[in-house]
Amino acid sequence: MPHFPKPAEGSWTEHYPHLSTAPSSYADSTSPEFYELERKAIFEKTWLNLGRVEQIPRVGSYFTKEIDAAGTSIVVVRSGPDEFTAFHNICRHRGNKLVWNDFPKEETSGVCRNFTCKYHGWRYDLQGALTFVQQEEEFFGLDKADYPLASVQIDTWEGWLFVNLDPDNTTSLREYMGALGKGLEGYPFEKMTQVHKYRAEIGSNWKLFIDAFTEFYHAPVLHVRQAVNEESEKLGKYGYEALHYELDGPHGVVSSWGGMSPPKDLNMVKPIERVLRSGLFGPWDAPDIGLDHPLPAQNLANSPVWGLDSYLFFPNWMLLVWKPNWLLTYHYWPTSYNTHIFEGTCYFVPPKNGKERLAQELAVVTFKEYGLQDGNTLEATQRMIESNTPVTSFPLNDQEIMIRHLHTTVQQIVDEYATANGVSVLG
Amino acid sequence: MTEAMADVTFPTGFEDLAPWSDWVMHGERARYEKRVNSSMEELQAFYDAVFPRLQDACDYLEQYPVDELSDEGVNLLWLMCSLVTVSFPVECWRQPRVPDAGASSIDAVLEPAV
Ligand code: FES
Ligand SMILES: [Fe+2]
Repeated sequence: MPHFPKPAEGSWTEHYPHLSTAPSSYADSTSPEFYELERKAIFEKTWLNLGRVEQIPRVGSYFTKEIDAAGTSIVVVRSGPDEFTAFHNICRHRGNKLVWNDFPKEETSGVCRNFTCKYHGWRYDLQGALTFVQQEEEFFGLDKADYPLASVQIDTWEGWLFVNLDPDNTTSLREYMGALGKGLEGYPFEKMTQVHKYRAEIGSNWKLFIDAFTEFYHAPVLHVRQAVNEESEKLGKYGYEALHYELDGPHGVVSSWGGMSPPKDLNMVKPIERVLRSGLFGPWDAPDIGLDHPLPAQNLANSPVWGLDSYLFFPNWMLLVWKPNWLLTYHYWPTSYNTHIFEGTCYFVPPKNGKERLAQELAVVTFKEYGLQDGNTLEATQRMIESNTPVTSFPLNDQEIMIRHLHTTVQQIVDEYATANGVSVLG
Repeated sequence: MTEAMADVTFPTGFEDLAPWSDWVMHGERARYEKRVNSSMEELQAFYDAVFPRLQDACDYLEQYPVDELSDEGVNLLWLMCSLVTVSFPVECWRQPRVPDAGASSIDAVLEPAV
């Protein structure tokens, strides 16, 4: 007997006819060939989130981003008060990486008036126009206007920066964000400027970490020792049920209860949580952000016990909006078929005082400790699904619908790409 | 008990925390590093001495915006941040690292200045 109502079809999964209920394969997560197709069909064609506009606050503020999955490094710069520009990080002269510091493979950030190549000093303005060529007269009929930096499509949605590496892309970002994105418009993201960012190299396919973070079925089991004993036992008995799942094109959201902020019974939580009034679900005393009621894409079940919504914006950006008014984002950047870089970023309204700062610290560290367990478990999964065992098909339950949706979506896009380009897909 | 650093002081009323001043560090990355390089006995001793002062520290820290904290106030804040880091092994797992985390690491790459 479910604790929360399911759709008329009897399950979340069957509510979406494009999803099967059959066991699934992870051949899409163990194959270098499939990964090559994902790169071309997905990462070189889709809007990719790169964080907030507040990261580059002034005209000339920039950062670089290594996007291995799309085979490039890009520069993102605030080129005007409300203008953002992105280009491939390559000098038009002889192809040197334009913006880097000390280590050519590492990301960097800063503020500048123009970009000067370290090799022969060619200069570009913030819009990417070539403005200076060393010994220009030595070249043969070189017109600087013919050598701007190679631009990349960039756009913002609610202050979030996105790029699209496909020069032929015609889908606007707003359209891409779909109904879930639209239903979040107006959220005061810009108020959450207190940022803690984490990064990890993970030994698994990028999709496996999304799988782990789009189901909470594992939480009462894998994270059992994170809670006080009594609470663990209770969670273990109930297992986990979401309030609501909603799929929207390639995107999706799981809406969850959040009984821990604040908990009904203080004995449910750890001593430090009782004093700091904070924990996994964030600081219990939510800052006022001027939202009187949830936005259309929040708390879709309209549940009184709602605690957070966890959105996957395809392919690799997750946004967690917590009832106590803070945010967590995850990015998964593939570096090979069985490795990726994970970024987890917490966004809070700046603390009013030292005590609030401590409450935020507890939420951040709790996220990190859970993430450590998740990350290591993924390496264990990757090892085995890659190994030579006879086990190749795996059942997914109704609380794992987001996983089914992700893998189905990837497979579909890759198949379409392969058909259109006359290549074959393994698995 | 760990050896105190001479130049780290706490606000008036928190002098008893002086022996723990080597836990005053900027950044979760440094605090975590110290935790995983400590024994459970060391972590427990730190927790037992500092946790009873957490409520008082909160009452003190609540009076000041973060950017108006004195140097002593910042030291107290960072000490209590270390308590947050140390509370996990002491209150839950009885080992410095989270169970089943093996060698995996998740590193802070951007943190508030204070
Ligand atoms: S490669 Fe950049 S100036 Fe020569
Ligand atoms: Fe988890």
